[in-house]
Amino acid sequence: MIPTLQRSGSGSTQSPRSPSSQEPFLSVSVIDPAKMGNGVQAYISYKVITKTNLPDYQGPEKIVIRRYSDFVWLRDRLFEKYKGIFIPPLPEKSTVEKFRFTAEFIEMRRQALDIFVNRIASHHILQQSEDLRIFLQADEQTMERARSQEIGIFKKKPADLMQIFKDVQSKVSDVVLGKEKPVEESTPEYEKLKRYIFELEDHLAEAQKHAYRLVKRHRELGQSLSEFGKAVKLLGTCEDNALGKVFSEVGDKAEIVSVKMQREAHHLLMNFEESLKDYVRAVQSIKATIAERANAFKQQCELAETIKFKEIDLNKLRLTRSEKLADAEREYDVLKADGEEATRRFEAIVQLMNEEIVRFQEQKTLDMGLAFHEFAKGQAHLANGIAEAWRSLLPKLEACASS
Amino acid sequence: MMGYESHQGSEQARLYASKEEMESLVLNDDAAVPPHPLSSSPPLAQIPTNHDSDTDPLRSSPSPLLHPQSQTQNPDPHSFILEPPSYADAVFRSFDASSEINGHDLSTSSPSASSPSYSSSDFLKISVSDPQKEQDIATSLVPGGTSYFTYLIITRTNIPEFNGTEFSVRRRFRDVVTLSDRLSEAYRGFIIPIRPDKSVVESQVMQTQDFVEQRRAALEKYLRRLAKHTAIRRSEELRLFLESQGKLPLMKPTDVASRMLDGAVKLPRQLFGGEVVAGVVDVNEVAQPAKGGKDLLRLFKELKQSVTNDWGATKPALVEEDKEFMERKDKLQELEQQLSNVSQQAEELVKAQQDIGETVGQLGLALVKLTKFETEEAVYDSQRVRAADMKNVATAAVKASRLYRELNSQTVKHLDKLHEYLGVMLAVNNAFSDRSNALLTVQTLLSELSSLNSRIEKLEVASSKIFGGDRARIRKIEELRETVRATEDAKTCAIAEYKRIKENNRNELDRLDRERREDFLSMLKGFIVNQAGYAEKMASVWETVAEETSGYVKCTS
Repeated sequence: MIPTLQRSGSGSTQSPRSPSSQEPFLSVSVIDPAKMGNGVQAYISYKVITKTNLPDYQGPEKIVIRRYSDFVWLRDRLFEKYKGIFIPPLPEKSTVEKFRFTAEFIEMRRQALDIFVNRIASHHILQQSEDLRIFLQADEQTMERARSQEIGIFKKKPADLMQIFKDVQSKVSDVVLGKEKPVEESTPEYEKLKRYIFELEDHLAEAQKHAYRLVKRHRELGQSLSEFGKAVKLLGTCEDNALGKVFSEVGDKAEIVSVKMQREAHHLLMNFEESLKDYVRAVQSIKATIAERANAFKQQCELAETIKFKEIDLNKLRLTRSEKLADAEREYDVLKADGEEATRRFEAIVQLMNEEIVRFQEQKTLDMGLAFHEFAKGQAHLANGIAEAWRSLLPKLEACASS
Repeated sequence: MMGYESHQGSEQARLYASKEEMESLVLNDDAAVPPHPLSSSPPLAQIPTNHDSDTDPLRSSPSPLLHPQSQTQNPDPHSFILEPPSYADAVFRSFDASSEINGHDLSTSSPSASSPSYSSSDFLKISVSDPQKEQDIATSLVPGGTSYFTYLIITRTNIPEFNGTEFSVRRRFRDVVTLSDRLSEAYRGFIIPIRPDKSVVESQVMQTQDFVEQRRAALEKYLRRLAKHTAIRRSEELRLFLESQGKLPLMKPTDVASRMLDGAVKLPRQLFGGEVVAGVVDVNEVAQPAKGGKDLLRLFKELKQSVTNDWGATKPALVEEDKEFMERKDKLQELEQQLSNVSQQAEELVKAQQDIGETVGQLGLALVKLTKFETEEAVYDSQRVRAADMKNVATAAVKASRLYRELNSQTVKHLDKLHEYLGVMLAVNNAFSDRSNALLTVQTLLSELSSLNSRIEKLEVASSKIFGGDRARIRKIEELRETVRATEDAKTCAIAEYKRIKENNRNELDRLDRERREDFLSMLKGFIVNQAGYAEKMASVWETVAEETSGYVKCTS
């Protein structure tokens, strides 16, 4: 949760209107997951608390109830409206039914949703979005209406996305239409960026995979330590007084260490593995933006082609002094305007992306720096705990040995 | 923390048998660890044929498991000398030459160090090496004739019964089987170490280097265990095995079939059934357990007796009465069960430790790749900073992986004691079998006596009815009385033997309890010191990274 932020669109100056006004702030938290409904239709709802002093918002505090598909709605709307900006990623839909309601999954999702909304609220452009305001303030019925209207229109099917990616990667020019230029940007820097993003995803995915496995290994080691401890205790019952006691203490310690391992497993999951996962998702969001940019570029190019052909037609009509000339000229003007609009849109995306990339790299360094810190801290804490636990047994062992 | 460091000296002293050993070991630790030829090679592959000329020829060829730290973590042993003492140190020092300090195979200590922890100043050091393939003379002319391996057995000892202080012989596995069988006969009631398995696989398997090395190691372990046993180390059988040149002068146990074919089997001329040559009874035969060879009939009678014991209406005349023994036996059975359980869980624990070490290593490698990638592709400084952070984490993860691997190989070593004691429990069961067999022999003889006496009675009654006596019957009665006398003698022997075995059982169980206590305590201590030591090392590795990345916490607060 990011408590204080600024609407940098309007600068960070204080409002001159009211003498006692503070700096504008918008703070959001997603909390209190609760299971609603029964059976197949059951779902989790979250409390979204907005604390703000912004004029458009109902302040100082407003609480609404939202569910996962509401977040998806917000993301989709932002993606449509703010092309070129890397929209913060959402946690995935759960594919495995039986984990949908486990405490761990719910907590992971809540954390990710909280981060999602906060990133939007702290983005200097996105925070001004009307959709965000609706999401944070509208009553549940309005929200539901808005949500159901959008289904299908803005959602891109995975197949389409894949196709766009393929276009982005391919360098085959469209020979059939006789176009000489490939319908794709190919500046060296942009190529480099695309390559970087795609490769980065692979590397990150691998690291995340191992991080997830590491969480599992902690749990497994904890489990086997616990079993070992129990067995050792039983063995102790077969031995005489002093030795039996020692065995029993060793068994107890093993159980204590086992608990520590389980705790670290959870900490590792929530703080390190999830950060890596979030990083992967962020890169995938960038890929979606790349696809949008390619789309815009294609549109711009196609319009440019169409305009060229139209010019040729026009000239032909001018020479023959056809009656169709006036209509054709009007059409040409419309096309020209569209072309300029397409170019504007494309260039806006390019500029936004350039800014976003810088922001992205900086933000990721901070995010990962913290994640690494938590990882190292957790492992050190665990190791120290283990060392201390076992060390504390040694005096008792000595006492038994010398008796 | 400080309190523990002041304990360090005394802690370490207790890890070793004697102060001199500790000093010599500390010296070894400080000296540069010489690259042990075996440490870097995969565990079972090497057959140690070449000993460095200046090393103790009896230095056993410990598997790399015993010296994990000498190769895999080059700078660390030396850097730790500079650090304040901690359990991390204790971990490495105590296992630098830790192999079997309680036994006789002090591998890296100087040749003059000798004192084992429990007995007087005599020692018996055995090593098994240099497997060589030899042709079976009987089949050597036949193509594809059978071959076998012999092993060089080198002994160093100051025990006076031996002829010399240092000698060697070549033996094959069959000789070991013979030794083991003879010891079982001679030391009934003792807890005798179990010999290595015979391999049931064909000679093809015998050719592989791995199998031979495995067998060599197993033989060495077995002979060393024998040498550790207070009674057996002084046995004639072991002495002959270790020092007689040429063919092993111990009789092989034979089987019935071959002896019958020889015509060498006299249908049992001793106590039971058939013709009895009056008065000529080898009562010592009674002292031996019934075996397949000469005692077919005796086996049969004892079997009959045991069935009577189990299913008969009346109790046998003599039964196991020693309550203390029966309690101990029950307790040991319970112990065996729990041992097996712990042993199983220990295996799972080792596997889990191995897995986590692997995974953290893989994570480290993935992060290394990411670091390289970001560094190469960096356009912005923020990327370079991130790459630097990631590199620290990656390095730490790889270090942690190595630490887990070492931790695990040490853990295996310690918890191996559990497996060893499972083997000991087998030997204990053999000792108990000796006892019950001896009891069975006594019971059988008592039944025999009772039936003989009742036959005599019947004959006397019948004969008394005939006036003037019945010559045939009277003769029969005489014969029977002879048999009874012989049987009485045999019974006396058998009872003495039974008592002897009971006494052996008792002493051995006492010894078992003592040694087990010591062994288990040292095992637990080793395990705990190990866990604590490696945990400390890992904590230190991660604390560095946490420190290096602590700046990020303030950034996002």
